[in-house]
Amino acid sequence: MTVSRRNFLRGAAAGCTAATAAVVAPAPAEARGNKELPPEAVGLLFDATMCVGCKACVVACKEANGLPIQVPMERAYEDPSQALSPTSFNIIKMYKEGEAKTKDVEQDGFSFIKRSCMHCVDPGCVSACPVQAMTKDAKTGVVSYNADACIGCRYCVMACPFGIPKFDYDKAVPEIHKCQLCNHLWKEGRFSACADVCPTGATIFGPVPKLLAEAKRRQAMTPGEVAKFPRRSTETGDQTKEKPAAKYVDHIYGEKEGGGTQMLMLSGVPFDKLGLPKLPERSYASMSETVQHTLYDGLVAPAVVLGGLLAATYRSSRKKGGSEEDSHE
Amino acid sequence: MSNYESAGGRLVTPVTLFLGALVAIAGYFVLMRFLFGIGAETPFGAVTNLNDGYSWGIWVVYDVVIGTGLACGGYALALLVYVFNKGEYHPLVRPALLASVFGYTLGGVAVMVDLGRWWNFWHILTPGYANPNSVMFEVAVCIALYIHVLWLEFSPTMFERWGWSNAARRVNKVMWVLVALGCLFPMMHQSSLGSLLIVMGAKVDPRWHTMLLPALFLLSAISMGFAVVMFEATLSADGFRRPRETPMLKKLAVVLSGILAVYLGLRFADLGWRGQIPALFQGDFLARMFWLEIALFALPILLFSRAAWRGSPQVLFAGSVSMLLAASLYRVDGFLVAMTPNGDAFHYFPSVPELMVTIGMIAFEVLAYIVLARVLPVMHGHAPVHGASKAAAVPAGD
Repeated sequence: MTVSRRNFLRGAAAGCTAATAAVVAPAPAEARGNKELPPEAVGLLFDATMCVGCKACVVACKEANGLPIQVPMERAYEDPSQALSPTSFNIIKMYKEGEAKTKDVEQDGFSFIKRSCMHCVDPGCVSACPVQAMTKDAKTGVVSYNADACIGCRYCVMACPFGIPKFDYDKAVPEIHKCQLCNHLWKEGRFSACADVCPTGATIFGPVPKLLAEAKRRQAMTPGEVAKFPRRSTETGDQTKEKPAAKYVDHIYGEKEGGGTQMLMLSGVPFDKLGLPKLPERSYASMSETVQHTLYDGLVAPAVVLGGLLAATYRSSRKKGGSEEDSHE
Repeated sequence: MSNYESAGGRLVTPVTLFLGALVAIAGYFVLMRFLFGIGAETPFGAVTNLNDGYSWGIWVVYDVVIGTGLACGGYALALLVYVFNKGEYHPLVRPALLASVFGYTLGGVAVMVDLGRWWNFWHILTPGYANPNSVMFEVAVCIALYIHVLWLEFSPTMFERWGWSNAARRVNKVMWVLVALGCLFPMMHQSSLGSLLIVMGAKVDPRWHTMLLPALFLLSAISMGFAVVMFEATLSADGFRRPRETPMLKKLAVVLSGILAVYLGLRFADLGWRGQIPALFQGDFLARMFWLEIALFALPILLFSRAAWRGSPQVLFAGSVSMLLAASLYRVDGFLVAMTPNGDAFHYFPSVPELMVTIGMIAFEVLAYIVLARVLPVMHGHAPVHGASKAAAVPAGD
């Protein structure tokens, strides 16, 4: 008995060591790195210091996407949508601390924050979706959803670090809902309704490299320095009136988070206070796929294991040669 | 031709009637779910309390993730009997296989109940739709294949009952291939059930989130397999008044302790490597849950550490229960307790209908096990002992 136990443990330990080695020490060549920004990637830049909390973008989003507004249209700014939901793809939330006196200040201050899909460069939802219902456009990088493919497993909901995809729990025929950067308006020459309508230039649309350059320009300014800022889109030439530059925290949210996002953010208040998660630079999708591909690429590892198992089961079925131990007989 | 027999006995008993009632209640709520959605209101509360923070609840975590772990008995014994060539455990194989067939098949059924757009299920197995980068894809393909393998492995038992000896012989001829596949598939998807959590990243507390999730899930699934064999063997010995398999279970206990030791070693080494040891002593709720898990994992090792102790059916039973609770808690913690969604304050605790569906699934499983064990030649051949007089009749192999 001791011997059999020892043999068993030795076998088990060897197997586990092999499995563990395969998991912890994937050959560097096999490790999948973060994905690259698509060539014509477009996105949004949200500057919290410019946002006055008017929620015009919330209403415009609902209009552009045919989503219900819960109050009469003339009082749409009172729409009580507090959280993202199947009928709210874009919301403005408020940060308040202490006496909430000064805008864009962490203590005794307040700030607004826009929440909508970040259009990750390497999205967890796309990696997780087992049926390619969540896809990332190879050119523009827009992350969009196809209900016809979806099986409703909600792994995208679980995988998203930002809490973006929303599911219809109270419908017999449910779907996932999220911001798709208004890509349905592009053929009309229009762009994201939230940026289009923003009166202060707090949200602007444009190619991601230009948005990043604009974000860096703002961060390089001396607070109080007067300048003009793009409004609506980096491509339309619209500009704000001259206004003083704000004091920013030294961080462009989305430049690196989780492998980068196509929505970038600037703020005077630290981003974790605004409810945005702290994420490592390596995307979780790349971690997950590295494990999967290390174990399953070309089905090499399973084939090797199966070979070993077949040898063992064949030997053990021969040995007992047709006796009752041959099978479950 | 067979060394197996059915347990015999009456099919309609107070126990089976009670189980049937539970199944009917679950059936009502499943109907509500299909008619009105997985979060729809019923007169007894919402069908489920799922929300966008906790979009997977007990239907995924218990019915599938834990349920298939509990159904690893067939897999664990097949490894022992056929791969490590320990023929003496053979008498335990058929009952374990029966439980595995049911556990996995019902896991598959539970998936269909949980899937929002279930009519599209076939997409996951269809090139053009399927996404091989997705951990869920691997889990789905592998479990789908394994359910078929399990039914084939179990088919000779049914063929015998129906007198199709030719069919039984034909399947038995390729049984070694089926058994090898039946060892491969659980290895793949039981580890992947852990990998499901990797992409969730920072939402899962770092005390649970590690690249070693697949290894830890696999090891704990194999332990669950052995523990459930001990658990079922004890229960069916008492329930069907058959002699106990104690000598064999005693040795199984040693094997189980070994795997548990490897599991615990790996888990702590990983926590140390990732600098998470201080977080275990923070005294927060999650730290307490962690230590509860560890205590449940360690208890069987302690209980089985002395030959005299593990000779007692009560100790074997207690150890197996502790092990099953440990691995179940590990899964509940990973998927639900240690999960903090981003955004608005989300809460999840299963609703009454949601619980009743899961309880109904378990009831169905137990009911079907009782009925089939009474009808099909599943039990290893020795005459049923009524009372204690023949309890000394011990099966071969010890």
